[in-house]
Order: sequence, then structure tokens, then C-alpha cells
Amino acid sequence: MAEAGIDQSHDHHMDPATEYSSSKLGMWLFLGTEILLFGGLFAAYAIFHARYPEMFYEQHLELNRTMGAINTCVLIFSSLTMAMGVSAIKWGRQKTAAILILITIICGFIFGVIKYFEYSAKFSHHIYPDTSIFFSLYFLMTGLHMIHVFIGLGILGVIFVLTLKGKFNSKYNTPIELGGLYWHLVDLIWIYLFPLLYLIG
Amino acid sequence: MANHTIAHDVYVPFLEKKGFLSWILTTDHKRIGILYLVSTSLFFLVAGIIALLMRFELLTPASDFVDPHTYNVLFTLHGSIMVFFFIVPGLAASFGNFLIPLMIGARDVAFPKLNIASYWIYLLGTAILLMALLKPADTGWTFYTPYSATTNTDVVLMTFGVFVLGFSSILTGLNFIVTTHKMRAPGMTWHRLPLFIWASYATAVLQLLATPVVGITLLLLITERTLGVGFFDPAKGGDPILFQNFFWFYSHPAVYIMIIPAMGVISEIIPVFSRKPIFGYKAIAYSSLGIAAISFLVWAHHMFTSGISETAAMIFSFLTFLVAIPTAIKVFNWIATLYKGSIQLHSAMLYALGFIFLFTIGGLTGVFLGALAADIHLHDTYFVVAHMHYVMIGGTVMGFFGALHFWYPKWFGKMFNETVAKIAWFFIFVGFNVTFFPQFFLGIQGMPRRYATYPAEFESLMSLSTYGSWILGFGILIMVINLISGLINGPKAPANPYNSLSLEWQIPSPPPHENFEEIPQVTDWTYGYGKKKELEV
Repeated sequence: MAEAGIDQSHDHHMDPATEYSSSKLGMWLFLGTEILLFGGLFAAYAIFHARYPEMFYEQHLELNRTMGAINTCVLIFSSLTMAMGVSAIKWGRQKTAAILILITIICGFIFGVIKYFEYSAKFSHHIYPDTSIFFSLYFLMTGLHMIHVFIGLGILGVIFVLTLKGKFNSKYNTPIELGGLYWHLVDLIWIYLFPLLYLIG
Repeated sequence: MANHTIAHDVYVPFLEKKGFLSWILTTDHKRIGILYLVSTSLFFLVAGIIALLMRFELLTPASDFVDPHTYNVLFTLHGSIMVFFFIVPGLAASFGNFLIPLMIGARDVAFPKLNIASYWIYLLGTAILLMALLKPADTGWTFYTPYSATTNTDVVLMTFGVFVLGFSSILTGLNFIVTTHKMRAPGMTWHRLPLFIWASYATAVLQLLATPVVGITLLLLITERTLGVGFFDPAKGGDPILFQNFFWFYSHPAVYIMIIPAMGVISEIIPVFSRKPIFGYKAIAYSSLGIAAISFLVWAHHMFTSGISETAAMIFSFLTFLVAIPTAIKVFNWIATLYKGSIQLHSAMLYALGFIFLFTIGGLTGVFLGALAADIHLHDTYFVVAHMHYVMIGGTVMGFFGALHFWYPKWFGKMFNETVAKIAWFFIFVGFNVTFFPQFFLGIQGMPRRYATYPAEFESLMSLSTYGSWILGFGILIMVINLISGLINGPKAPANPYNSLSLEWQIPSPPPHENFEEIPQVTDWTYGYGKKKELEV
């Protein structure tokens, strides 16, 4: 049917170069809004930390620095593999790219598992989001971050399958690059969360 | 994918395809614009009826029509629906969607699928809001803590609905920014862009920067109620004023999300019906961005009586006055455009002139409220209600109605009855002033807002305001009937009924599915009225 064709044609109305630069601009703008979303929590952190410095210091000792540090390393490593994956597909190496994306996904899962043990330890010590302002911040900031990790894993999962199917190559790889940008943001936010919550001194 | 099947010489209007699925699954920006137009207009009518109910209660001093709790629910619903479901997405998403690609010479927005997804998210938000109606909140649309954290009405669902709507707003803004950057036709330089595009661009920037902050604020309120988080609860070491800071950091820029697109509409209507080039193009264009920038620095002027420090209050008061400058630049430039123009009083032009008149009153009374000493007296009185409605109805809604009448022939390919449209405008203009002008006096005399009852001495002004609301409602009713009957049996619209020079008028009405048969080559700005070029059109 001609009509069916009409509506389809609206989806591909740009040349590839414009489509690529548009998608990237769109993604950067979106990442900006993500930072603003976390910005509210960072602002709350700054205000309450200034108001209750002793409480923040004392209660942060309850957090498990080792686990936090391991998780930081895991995420930074995953950002590295993600960046390598993007480079690999730009050189046209589909298999290498797929493996690197898979490693990134596995790192994300490791992060989640470690975080699960951390949360369980808190709950077993009867520490909940309503325990204190500090733990409210701890649970909300890491919780919102965790939601982003899950979303990131979902995106990377789809990208991994599509890469395996050979949908991307050296010419067309925008989704991998955008997914990578998102994953780097998830990593970046954690890099701020770790010292703010675990390394108060 | 068979997109080669469209022969270029066959004109297929975008409205041709029928059926529910062809609408809900469309990626055509013009159809998505209609989806927003219909949804937001319905919400406008619903919230308007709620307003009429409130005014009916206020006809007499006693609470005889609804009880005070119901009244609280009514003003909460009226405010929330009007703000989040009508005014924010109203002009920006409906006319933004329809006009941006047409005006910049593009076939669609940058991300058509994201565009329809944004609309679905809007629908999801409305569905959540409807669920919240089972036990509607009574907090006012601002959801101030500590009351919103303790009331036993369904604040969680309601704020979650608004949170979801925020996503729709963010994604639409993102789409429009990328579209304006990447999709302009060859020769459509930034300084040739129609002013509506500049206004939409400034609005989109605001949507992107402000909405995430209200998102996290409402999430925090939700965790306050569900997880027992205490950021806004003094008993747990939190601070209720923090909520106000967070909330207004979004909601004051949001005021400009509501008004700037209307300013863009006025900048389009006035030169066409004055047959003169717009005066001070760059000043109007950059003042949109100026308003957007300053709007982030004024939020605490909502909190002068909330217990902020004197220094902060003085700084915020000063910054608030600054907003008046870019706003006044626009008003003066519109008036300069009218000066010695050959003015045609088309119904759209009447709404534009109404905008200038009413918005100026709204803007100047805003300066009263920005002044510290005056605000202490006027805060939370009917003066604020009147000011806000002069800006929101006198400004945004006038702009919305003006846009509706102006682009109606282009959008639907039909003409409405112009005489009836003028009569409707008259009732709306008079009814609006009779409703809200007395409220300035009520406020100055000390009548606080948000009460179902009032002292008997205010009865004459209060009932006058209620009579005005009936005139206003009657005018809107005539307008709606006129526009709908135009759709059904109005005469066919020509491609360019007003001899406009802007790109969207150079194609058939309604536009073909692909907008432009060939992407136009732009050689001049769109405001060359009264010059030789006009004869060629």
C-alpha cells in the first residue's frame, strides 16, 4: 500500500551524516538532563552536609569502603571496555566489539551483585532510607544510580544482540556510540557518588 | 520500505488518512501536533469548568455549594491540570510540533519516533492523573511540604503523574532543539528564522534545564511519603523550605515555558496584520533567550514570606526586576511594529492585541509582587491570583487562541466564521477583565487566596468576579462551537489567506504529508512586508 509507505518515509528523512550528528547532539542534551536530575540530590547533599557535618562523618563509617572501592574499579574498567568496543566497531571489527560490550555488561552485573550485598548488609543492621538524612541520601543517590545501571544494562543488552547479528559496521554504529555515552555517564555519576558517600573525612 | 511510491505531482493532504491507528501510531509532526492540540484543549475545558465551579462557590460568602475540602480539591485540580496538562504542553507541543518543521523548511522533526513516544508518555501521565482522581490531592498545584507530606489524599499518584509528564516535556524539548540546529532548509540562517522558532527554541532550552529538577523534587516528595525520607521534614532534620527552593527552581522557569511560545505567536501575527516588517527582530529574538536565562535566577521571589534571609530577598527582588527588561523590549517592539502599519483587525490580530494589553497589566503587577515591601502585603492574596491569570490567560491563553485562529486555515484547510470569532473574542476579553480585575482590589484589601468562604464585605467584588467568569465561559463556548463548526462545514481555505511570507503559507492548506515537495531555498527573512516583494506573492 502506498499509504503504508508514506508514514515510513518520515523516519528516514535525513542524510546519514546529519542523522549521526543529530543523534549525538540529542544524546548529549539528554545526558545534560540526567545530570540535572541527579543535581537535585547533589544539592540536597551539599545543604545537609554543611548543616550536619558530624552526622555525615559518623554515619559514613557504617558504609563498606572496600566494596565501594571495588565497585568503583569495576565501573571504571567497564567504561574502558565500552570505549574500546566503540573503537572496535569503528574499525569494523564486529566480533571484538561484541565481546567488549559483553564484558561491559558483565561488569555492570558484578556492580549490581556487590551493591546487592551492601544493601542487604545495611538492612540486616536495620539501616533503612528513613534511618537518617545521611542514609536517606545514601539510599536515594545510589538507588537512583542503580536504576540507571539497570537501564544501561538493558540498552547494552539490545546493542550486544544487534552487534552479534551484524547490524553495525564501520559506517553505521551510532547506537553503540550513544549507548556508550550513556554508560560513561552512569560511570561518571558513580565516580562522584563514591567519594561523597564513602570517603568523608 | 517503499517510500519511492509517492509520485511527486500528487498532492496528498496529511489529514487524508483515517482511522484510530493512523493517528496513535503516526510519526508525522503535524498529526502529533493535532493529538496534543486535542488533548490539551480537552484538559483546558475540564480545568475551566472546574474554575467555573469554584467561582460559583465564591458567589456568596458562605460555603454553600461545596464544602471547604472539596474546594481545596477543586483548586488543586484546576491548577495542576491547567499548568501541567494544558499550558506547559499546550502551545509548546501542539503548535511547536505543527509549525517548527514547516517554518524552517523541513519534512519533519529530527526524531519522529521519539516525538510520538513523547506523546504516549504524555498519555501515560494523564492516565496516572485520572487514577489519582479517586482520592484527589488538596495541596494546591504547588504541592508544598509539610502539608503535602502529611495529607491523607493521593499526593503520590498525582505527583507521579506530573513526573511522567516531565519526561514528555524533556523529550519534546530535546527534539525541537536538535531540529532547529540540524534541520533548517538551506539559506535558513539563524537570523532569518521566524520569531516563533526563536521562542520555541528558548522554551525547549528551559524545558530541558528545568524539568529534571522538578522531576527529582517530586520524586523526593514521593519518597518522603513512601520510604519515610525526611529531607523536607523538620522533625527528621529536614527543611520544608528546601522543597520550595527546589520546586520554584523549576516552576519559575516553567512560567516562561508557558509564556514564551505565546510571545512567539504574537511576533508572527502582528507583522502579517500590520503589513509591516517586524520591528527590532534581533532584539525580540535574543530577548527570548534573555528571559530564559534570567528565569533561572528569580525563583526565590515566591518565597519572600517563607523566611529567607534579607540579603537573599533583596538579591532575588533585584533579579526579578531584571526580567521586566527583555519582556518590555518585546512589548515595545510589537507596538513599534503596529505604529503606522496598515492594521487589519482579523480575529487572530484581536487576540494578539488583547495579549499586549492584558500581558502588560500582568507583567507590571508582577513587578509590584517582585518588590519586597509590597509583596509582604500582597503575598498569597487575590492580587497574586489576578496577576497570575493576567499573565496566563491574558498572555498565554490569548496567544493560544490567537494561534488557533491564525493557523487554523493552514492546519485544517477550512475557514471558520470570522464574525462569530470576533464576537467570541469580545466576550472572552470583557469576561476575562470582569473576572480578574476586581481580584486586584480584593487582594489589596487583604483577601487571601484558596479559601472557600470570605467576609461579607468582599461580596460585591467577589460576585462581580463570578459574573465575569460566566461571560468568559460563554465567550469560550462560542469560540469552541465556531471552530468546530468550521471544521464540519466551513469553506475551503486557500493556501495563503493572509498573504503571509512565512514558509508554512507557501504550501497547500492543509500541508501535504511531506510538507515540501522540494526543500525550499531560503533567500530572505520572513518579515519583508510592505516591500516590493509582497507584490510577487
